[in-house]
Amino acid sequence: MDTTLGATVKDFREPQPRRSLWFDPWLLLAAVGLIASSVYVLSGATADDIPGDRLYYVYRQAAYGAVGVVLMMLLSRFDYSRAREWKAGLYIAMIGAILLTLALGVSARGSKRAIDLGFINLQSSELGKLLLIVALSGFVVDRVRRLNEPETTSRVMLLALIPAMLVVAQPDLGSGMVYLAIAVAVLFVAGTKWTHFAALGVLAVGALMLVLVAAPKADVQVLKPYQVDRLTAFMHPTDNPREQGYQINQSLTAIGSGGKSGRGDQATQTKLDFLPEHHTDFIFSVVGEEFGFVGAALVLSLFALMIWRALRILTMSKNLFGALIAGGITAMLMFQVFVNVGMTIGIMPITGVPLPLVSYGGSSVLVTFMALGLLQAIYAQARQTARAKGL
Amino acid sequence: MYLDSDRRPTLTPKLALRIAFLGGIALVAFAVIFFRLWYLQVLSGDRYLTEARNNQQRKITVQAPRGEVVDRDGRLLVENRTGLAVKVTPEKLPRNRRRRRVLYRRLGRVLQMRPRRIQRGISRELRALPFSTATVKQDVSGPVVAYILERQEQFPGVTVERVFLRRYPHHTIGAHLFGTVGEVTKEQLKDERYRGVNLGDRVGQSGIEYQYDRFLRGRDGASKVQVDALGRLKRELTVVQPRQGSQLRLSIDLDVQKTGQETLAGGTGRGAFAVMNVHTGEVVALGSQPSFDPNLFSKVIKPSDYRRLRDPLNGAPLSNRATQGLYPTGSTFKLITATAGLETGVFTPDTVLFDGGSLTVGGVTFKNAGGGGHGALALRQALTVSSDVFFYQLGRDMNGTLRLQHWARLLGLGRKTGVDLPGELPGLIPTPRWRNRLFKRHLTDRPWSVGDNINLSVGQGDLQANPLQLAVAYATVANGGRVLAPRVGLRIEDSSGRAIQELDAPPSRRLNINPAFREAILEGLRGAASQPGGTSAKVFAGFPVPVAGKTGTAEKGAGRPDQSWYVALAPFPSPKYVVAVTDEAGGFGAETAAPMARTILAKLFGVRGDKARGGGPSD
Repeated sequence: MDTTLGATVKDFREPQPRRSLWFDPWLLLAAVGLIASSVYVLSGATADDIPGDRLYYVYRQAAYGAVGVVLMMLLSRFDYSRAREWKAGLYIAMIGAILLTLALGVSARGSKRAIDLGFINLQSSELGKLLLIVALSGFVVDRVRRLNEPETTSRVMLLALIPAMLVVAQPDLGSGMVYLAIAVAVLFVAGTKWTHFAALGVLAVGALMLVLVAAPKADVQVLKPYQVDRLTAFMHPTDNPREQGYQINQSLTAIGSGGKSGRGDQATQTKLDFLPEHHTDFIFSVVGEEFGFVGAALVLSLFALMIWRALRILTMSKNLFGALIAGGITAMLMFQVFVNVGMTIGIMPITGVPLPLVSYGGSSVLVTFMALGLLQAIYAQARQTARAKGL
Repeated sequence: MYLDSDRRPTLTPKLALRIAFLGGIALVAFAVIFFRLWYLQVLSGDRYLTEARNNQQRKITVQAPRGEVVDRDGRLLVENRTGLAVKVTPEKLPRNRRRRRVLYRRLGRVLQMRPRRIQRGISRELRALPFSTATVKQDVSGPVVAYILERQEQFPGVTVERVFLRRYPHHTIGAHLFGTVGEVTKEQLKDERYRGVNLGDRVGQSGIEYQYDRFLRGRDGASKVQVDALGRLKRELTVVQPRQGSQLRLSIDLDVQKTGQETLAGGTGRGAFAVMNVHTGEVVALGSQPSFDPNLFSKVIKPSDYRRLRDPLNGAPLSNRATQGLYPTGSTFKLITATAGLETGVFTPDTVLFDGGSLTVGGVTFKNAGGGGHGALALRQALTVSSDVFFYQLGRDMNGTLRLQHWARLLGLGRKTGVDLPGELPGLIPTPRWRNRLFKRHLTDRPWSVGDNINLSVGQGDLQANPLQLAVAYATVANGGRVLAPRVGLRIEDSSGRAIQELDAPPSRRLNINPAFREAILEGLRGAASQPGGTSAKVFAGFPVPVAGKTGTAEKGAGRPDQSWYVALAPFPSPKYVVAVTDEAGGFGAETAAPMARTILAKLFGVRGDKARGGGPSD
């Protein structure tokens, strides 16, 4: 859409405008930095996990990262606005994937969360995060003029609640909460009234009380007992150090013992398996133990950079649909980072939320890169539009 | 390009505000996380570092065997055997409470213990020493161990470990000397003596096991190991080898000890004896009947066994009558009365007193034990025939002063002898003050009178003493005035018998005993065991070693049989050993205790084929 001034007219704008990139380099830097950190941390932390294959997790995470970067770049050239028409299809695909997982998923420690696709165990709940963002954004854009009606808010929340309940049944409590956070964020960016949010807050508190207090009394099992234990254990970790509080205590010990600059090879909490799930949910504790405050701060800075860029892209978006997608993605990233890091440092309950790009796991890494690709697309098209307007 | 249908400007002020709100949340969250990280890593880093180190380190103790105990000739008295103990490793126990209870029930059936007791014992041990293994039962038989090991899947977390247990090969012989071992108590753990001892460890609880526990105990080995989260051993960090406790050599002669206890058991079955070197205070034998088998204590003793061993109706086998007996001594006390009278100038060795068969003081008549009178006699003859009236007069004359009580105390009565055995009792020398105080409190029916002193002069009445105290008193006269603290422990040795540390003789008190008085007393005692008319002459007739000795027959009143006593010094005239024997219900001294003393002396001096026989009703 470049403005052609005519072949005969010499370009008089001097000096030549800086050739703008078709992607946000800072966002790319943050993403690549995080996936590189992940591979580096995994190489130390998981060396003894799979006997005879010291680099099992490293190779796989690096491969997911490489594929992820390519996916991101491809998606950044994608005209995301097209996706608005597909919203219903995307939503149905998401529900279908989640149901399929429930039906024939691979079992891992009592949870059915993934479908075995041969090269990757696809976690439908991860993919669902992105699909939900796009689908919800589409729905909200359609009803943007009726945002003040409680019905709009209810419908959107219901659309998020259905897949959330389904993944909680897998059981994947963390993803369910991410879905709700996404829905709230999309509504928030769209401009839903504060009163609606207040009402939602009251409802949420009521539901929480019902699940944690009333349901057990009535002998109705909404959450599995271990989920309730985990959710409440962070409030009193020393009560039962060998059981529910175990993970939190080991995580705190790992992070605390890292001190200012980390224990490096002496990181016994990780190396001797005291830290559970140290390649996935608790990888931030590994960073804290091996690389100390410095390492943790570096990783957090990369996340800060990523979130800043995401918010910036949110402001730039050329249309509301893009803004809503960017808002949803930003919320997804923020929620996962804060809940995951918060859980490792003992200020959030333990829910199986991965640390984006850093936790090992193909589905999570690929979906996060795809989300970042969408952000890049919003960025690129915003720049294009801006240039078109002559800005 | 695809055309949007929503064409409103994207960044409205409202949207900007909301984005700023989102940014604000991110900022606050990051700030909270950074502060929390700062607190955890920079401010509390050291604490968590210590925690991380403790996390991965386990101390595994390796029990050290206790030192062995040998007699003066190196014969084994106390040794160790290995037993098998059933233990549990807490990390490997089922997490599930119900499954754990099932395990305890199953264990209880196999080990014949109540599941509740198993559970309580384990949690008590684990509270004291988390992460270590807890003992369920010591010394389990082979078949039971095999049963458990063959069904490991039914007994998760249950292991069998070798432990050292005490073995007393001579069973009841010397039981009171050696004492017992038992689990260390909470009070003991606070004591400086037991530094380095952990809950569940077994330490000496009585006898020399207690007294010399410090040497016998040994030092447990410990390896510090690094483990992973599942408790799997990763590597050893430090290893300290266990060191067996030192060997302890006693002054005891096993043969004499055995003979003493056997001959005592041949009496009424309740009594005690002590054999001591009069110059060094070394105890050659010391025994009490009834005895017990300390092997019962080497595992955990059954409460019913323990009750039986403490039951007075059984003769309270656990109490050591040789050091804890509270007996009137009968005429064996006359040596003390004589010494007191001579040393305080109440009479001389040649003072002649008349024994008309009885003495009446204050309207009360005190008769000779034998009934008849011995006529005019001096000290030597009075001791030989054991004239009560002679000593009654000394007792009467010393009433009003505390000369008799004072000298009894100087000679070691009414106080602990200082023997290296725990639980010794001081006994009692009755004094006017003591009785009058009791009277004032209405604990007795009459105040002190001269009769009490007369009774004391012949070892009757309220006097309370034990055989070891009498042995000390006799040894003091025999060695010319040194009041010895008897001792059982000779030296600490390594396992090959080389001395590590000589146990010094405890300090002795020195009394001034006139050699002429000593001679007179010893001659009187020699006469008793050799001259015609001597109280124990018949018992020692034909005995190759010249013995000086005194019989005693303590009246216990209330229709109970008299207590038989004999204290012998041999060889006369320069005694090396003192032998004190008592049988609680043996009757006359010459009848029971004197023949026992002869049997012991025969063993002591290596007299072969000697046969002791009773000496008739002579006191």
